[in-house]
Amino acid sequence: MATIVVDGVEFEVDEGQNLLHACLSQGLELPYFCWHPSLGSVGACRQCAVIQYADADDTRGRLTMACMTPAKDGTRISIQTETAKQFRASVIEWLMENHPHDCPVCEEGGECHLQDMTVMTGHIQRRYRGRKRTFENQYLGPFLNHEMNRCITCYRCVRFYNDYAGGTDLQAFGSRDRMYFGRTTDGVLENEFSGNLIEVCPTGVFTDKPFSESYTRKWDLSSAPSICAGCAVGCNTFVSERYGRLKRVHNRYHGELNGYFLCDRGRFGAGFVNSTDRIEHVGERVEDDLFDVLDGEVGIAKLAEMIRQGDVVGIGSPRASLETNVALKTLVGEAQFCTGMSSAEESLVDLIIQTQRATSADIPSLSDVESADAVLILGEDVLNTAPRVALALRQTVRNRALNLAGEAGIPQWQDAGVSSHAQGRLNPLFIASVLPSGIDDIAADLAHDVPLNLADCGFAIAACIGEASGSEPGFVRKAAAALRSAQNPLIVSGTSTRTRAIVEAAGAVVAALESAGKVPRLLLVAPEANSFGSGLIGGGLDMNAALQRVASGSTKTLIVAENDIFRRAERERVEQALCTVENLVVLDSLDTPTASLASLVFPAATFAESTGTFVNYETRAQRFYCVFEPRNAIAPSWRWLAQAATDAGRDDLGWRHVDDVLEAVAASPNMAGVRAVAPDAGYLGSSLCKTPRETPRFSGRTAMNANVNIHEPKTSVDEETPLSFSMEGLNRDQPSALLPFVWAPGWNSNQSVFKFQQEIGGAAAGGDPGVRLLASGSIGTMPARSASVRSDGGGVDTGFRLIPVQAIFGSDELSSRSPPVVERSSAAFMIFSPMDAERLGAAQGMGVSCSVLGATFAVTVDAAMKSGYVGVSVGFTGAEGELPDGLIALAVDPNYRPTPNPHDRVIARG
Amino acid sequence: MITLSTKPLTERVEAVGGLVDMAAYENAGGYEAARQAITKSEPEAVQGLVKDADLRGRGGAGFPTGVKWGFVPKGDAAGPGHKYLVCNADEMEPGTFKDRYLMEMDPHLLIEGMLIAAFAIGADKAYIFLRGEYHESFKRLSSALADATEKGYVGRNVFGSDFSVDLVIHRSGGRYICGEETALLNALEGKRGQPRTKPPFPPASGAWGRPTIVNNVETLCNVPGILSNGVDWFRDLGIGNDSGTKLYGVSGRVNRPGLWELPIGTTIREIIEEHAGGMQEGYKLRGILPGGASTDFLTVEHLDLPMDYGSIQAAGSRMGTGTMILMDDSVCPVAISINLQHFFAQESCGFCTPCREGLPWLEQLLIDIEEGRGQPGDLELLDGNAAFIGAPGNTFCLHATGAMEPLLSALRYFREDFEAHIESGGCPYRERGH
Ligand SMILES: Cc1cc2nc3c(=O)[nH]c(=O)nc-3n(C[C@H](O)[C@H](O)[C@H](O)COP(=O)(O)O)c2cc1C
Ligand code: SF4
Ligand code: SF4
Ligand code: SF4
Ligand code: FES
Repeated sequence: MATIVVDGVEFEVDEGQNLLHACLSQGLELPYFCWHPSLGSVGACRQCAVIQYADADDTRGRLTMACMTPAKDGTRISIQTETAKQFRASVIEWLMENHPHDCPVCEEGGECHLQDMTVMTGHIQRRYRGRKRTFENQYLGPFLNHEMNRCITCYRCVRFYNDYAGGTDLQAFGSRDRMYFGRTTDGVLENEFSGNLIEVCPTGVFTDKPFSESYTRKWDLSSAPSICAGCAVGCNTFVSERYGRLKRVHNRYHGELNGYFLCDRGRFGAGFVNSTDRIEHVGERVEDDLFDVLDGEVGIAKLAEMIRQGDVVGIGSPRASLETNVALKTLVGEAQFCTGMSSAEESLVDLIIQTQRATSADIPSLSDVESADAVLILGEDVLNTAPRVALALRQTVRNRALNLAGEAGIPQWQDAGVSSHAQGRLNPLFIASVLPSGIDDIAADLAHDVPLNLADCGFAIAACIGEASGSEPGFVRKAAAALRSAQNPLIVSGTSTRTRAIVEAAGAVVAALESAGKVPRLLLVAPEANSFGSGLIGGGLDMNAALQRVASGSTKTLIVAENDIFRRAERERVEQALCTVENLVVLDSLDTPTASLASLVFPAATFAESTGTFVNYETRAQRFYCVFEPRNAIAPSWRWLAQAATDAGRDDLGWRHVDDVLEAVAASPNMAGVRAVAPDAGYLGSSLCKTPRETPRFSGRTAMNANVNIHEPKTSVDEETPLSFSMEGLNRDQPSALLPFVWAPGWNSNQSVFKFQQEIGGAAAGGDPGVRLLASGSIGTMPARSASVRSDGGGVDTGFRLIPVQAIFGSDELSSRSPPVVERSSAAFMIFSPMDAERLGAAQGMGVSCSVLGATFAVTVDAAMKSGYVGVSVGFTGAEGELPDGLIALAVDPNYRPTPNPHDRVIARG
Repeated sequence: MITLSTKPLTERVEAVGGLVDMAAYENAGGYEAARQAITKSEPEAVQGLVKDADLRGRGGAGFPTGVKWGFVPKGDAAGPGHKYLVCNADEMEPGTFKDRYLMEMDPHLLIEGMLIAAFAIGADKAYIFLRGEYHESFKRLSSALADATEKGYVGRNVFGSDFSVDLVIHRSGGRYICGEETALLNALEGKRGQPRTKPPFPPASGAWGRPTIVNNVETLCNVPGILSNGVDWFRDLGIGNDSGTKLYGVSGRVNRPGLWELPIGTTIREIIEEHAGGMQEGYKLRGILPGGASTDFLTVEHLDLPMDYGSIQAAGSRMGTGTMILMDDSVCPVAISINLQHFFAQESCGFCTPCREGLPWLEQLLIDIEEGRGQPGDLELLDGNAAFIGAPGNTFCLHATGAMEPLLSALRYFREDFEAHIESGGCPYRERGH
């Protein structure tokens, strides 16, 4: 700690920090632009100027930039001195020379850091008489608008995009007062984290394109804390709505997980909530593709009747909440319940849970990931399966720069100094993967091979860690040496290739490091938002067993909650089961191939219209809150199930509120912690009121329904949560899990987030949300290598062996039904070795059809692909089926026409 | 041996009457200083000589060269990897052409100076960062470098010693800011030519994150003489407190504009009246930019000041590059300010707000004043903005500080001209037909 004096008042501050950070932490108002808590200081904007005095006798002092000056013990500064105030107002005046005065039509307006800082400095009068500089804007793809005239040249965008996120196609161009931030030519921004520019840019240059299609001011949004449904990382989000439409997703700061940044799948993948494919009513199938709308009560009675008749099998879903899964499991009973994961995936998730328990260290949070100093990625394409992990890994390797800077006496926040000194020297990252990945640029070494060989590579690394022999190939030896000599080694793996041996190999590397006296961290990825929740809940039937049982005719009713079974097993199996069963009941939010076969469908609420719990890869249970009340008959799946069960005479599902369900969830094995995740509906804040979803300036409440009724609509009462559907109440001092948006006096933009943190960049005020359900610490034994069947690749004559390939835009079911993600993603694809492509007569731009999968794929050729094997995009709409084992025949499809690409679209992976 | 001369920088050129080639350079004792130092002396000893000689940087800031060299970490403290010597030959300062003279006329002198400097700091890589438009310098330096390489003076085992150094001539893409030493390093690395944060300072972490010394051409050209003729000789060359000679230049309406090597500390009056032949008939001297465009104006009352670092600084300006620009009574101070501010606004790298946005505004205000659109209050606007933009530390680098020096001093010394423009609604000089 250091004592600094600001305008005569002493403050105790963190010695390692800069003065801007220190002052903001103390609640002092000091404007800034270029500094960012995650990006550090560069001294570009000169907005944070203060007067610094040499000592107690110095009365004049000199202007200095707070963000560039260390908070040393005894530092004396003034924020309030007239010269400092005038200089800061001048900086705004300079910035405003060219800034268009178009706030009323600017989408940043009302949550603009430039507006806030302008007001804070007090600059009001325009003295510049010249013309304003203008630029041409660029088309940047479906996610972002570009309005360069508003740029204030703070360099934040390129620092985030290039230095932090590893992008290459957004640059600072030009010089003097004609600096331009964009691409060399119009085109889709390639980086998977581009959406963060919306929040990083302090003005309205980069704004949210899908949001602008039906734009609402921040003050008119009502929002709730939520959890991204895009993958198993479980990034915390703010989800906002108006008029019952989901408007946008913003980052909700979580000190241990997502920090300040989301991935583009998460930010732009929620658009399915507004889809025209939503199921909004209870429906009874009359004939193919024709459903009768039923009254909700009638539907419930029909389902109750089926329940009464018995012989019910339930299939849950790793994309549905714990609440819905537990409701279904309770309803049908453990022995008749299937988690809804494919058999292969479920066994992998079980293996992961067993492996994680056996490791001595806790599962790493993303901030733990960033503190690793050597990393091995084994077989997992994290950029495409758990994107935020990939962004964290970029910081992990860059921490080498921070260490080097530390040795050279350069403060860690001195961002440009740290980089120019480190000159790209990185912590070692080793990637063993099927194909090149989007983070290969930061790898120390790469190995590409088919999954079982990658597993061998992992076991070889494990063996090499234990002994000092030197006959292994370079990659193995180097990776083993780097991990062995690291302080905090990290192993990353997961389910993306559906290969048990890979996860076992990751466990073996961890075990070897543990035997060598290390405390390695292990991060294992599974694909969906609640994969780990499903794994922990478990079920008596795995998917193939469930389908077989249904197909055998012994099941009268199959209830499927929020799951498209066609994605979970081979098509034939699914068809057989679904066509055999007498009653197929599907609860889902979107029309799916499974739903269209149902005899009875129930409209399920999405994450945005319901309150529930997901469990992320750390086994952290996290609560998402209903953002708005669902329209028509839509309701949470657990509620349909509970009502029907109660109707059928069951007395164990008499739940009215989500808190009631949670009580049942908490009674299941592993789930004791779920009630502590967030306060229950009875919680009232410090002012004894609920937390408002609407902002304090929510406007037009009296007018928003005026076309229907001139009376102000009665706001509905939220009995389920501590949040209210109104603007009354206080958004202050509540537990962080209940924070619906960030806003503070004078801080209308998301920069106000620091007012909701314990310290800048530290934990969220009140503690980071979420409760870990699973304890690590050498519980049980590390799974040993199981006997895996060795199988060679195939060829044109015998058929090919298929390897699943994941894509950030396309592989995830729900986000790939969000319009901007649809526009951003490529067509389903297959990746061939050059030799196989040639033999098959296939080339880039052609299509290959697979009769087993019933789909055609765009051909991609990659020299890293092993001959005899074919990489196949998984989960793409229309080609979503579970990949079959064995050798699969493929043929060039003469009728294939590539989807015309209006712009230079890029495939995110590889 | 170079004879104990009073013009160590230019005497060979005068003797030869043009380009000094390898033969002429060696005839005059060239490369002996480097040979002796590298084969017989130690780096610390060479550093000691340069420090004792009190050679100060001729690039503008006047930092003691030997002291700077001493900041380079030695032995294990330097860590593994290269050390770099970079010769700053960007010379884009308006009115300045001294480095060009040295490179075009006596390229071996620079190469020899760099050999000694590289040896003194332990650099194994050396660069000449050359202004892009200096085509002739490039040609002559390249051919001199080829000759020196062929003779084994540059490259592996220089003069048969253990010492090796590669020398590369890098031609700049062309921005004034690339003469600022850290922007230069970025440009050299292929990055945007924007200055770097200090710390780290280049001697600790410069090019590619390694210890680096950046020195001006003229600075390096002084090194061989110091080694050949000794510390005392060099210190005695200067007239006042400073040591050595200086290339002084004069441009403007004098009878003989040009460049002369004179003892450092020669008075401004002597440089203008004796060497430049005084003002042309009919023109009276009004203002002096003593060290290039980015220094404060001096006036006729400063004529008897010695051109050395301390005296010019005490008078409120800087010796800078020592190449002065004279303003006579036919020149409109507002117009000259526009010209200067246009240059600086255009050459702003665009990194920090006061310089990037402030300079073009000031240029526009000056144009308004010059073209009769000046308003009451404009001078106060200029004063206030220029003070904020110009104070060292208010901007990220010294570019804006340099830009404001001639403006703030013009507003001080020629204020009545500015006022007259606003009052009369136009430029009195134009009306007088100048
Ligand atoms: C805007 C700006 C431009 C500069 N341009 C040059 C230049 O063209 N040549 C030069 O030698 N030094 C230039 N300098 C000074 C260099 O930063 C540096 O101080 C000098 O090269 C050090 O060499 P010296 O110690 O030998 O003088 C410039 C400085 C600034 C702030
Ligand atoms: S585009 Fe935005 S983030 Fe980038 S420099 Fe301009 S104002 Fe800053
Ligand atoms: S998809 Fe995954 S990584 Fe991306 S924002 Fe959502 S939870 Fe985070
Ligand atoms: S003062 Fe700022 S904008 Fe101007 S050249 Fe230096 S760093 Fe660039
Ligand atoms: S925030 Fe300090 S200079 Fe930009």
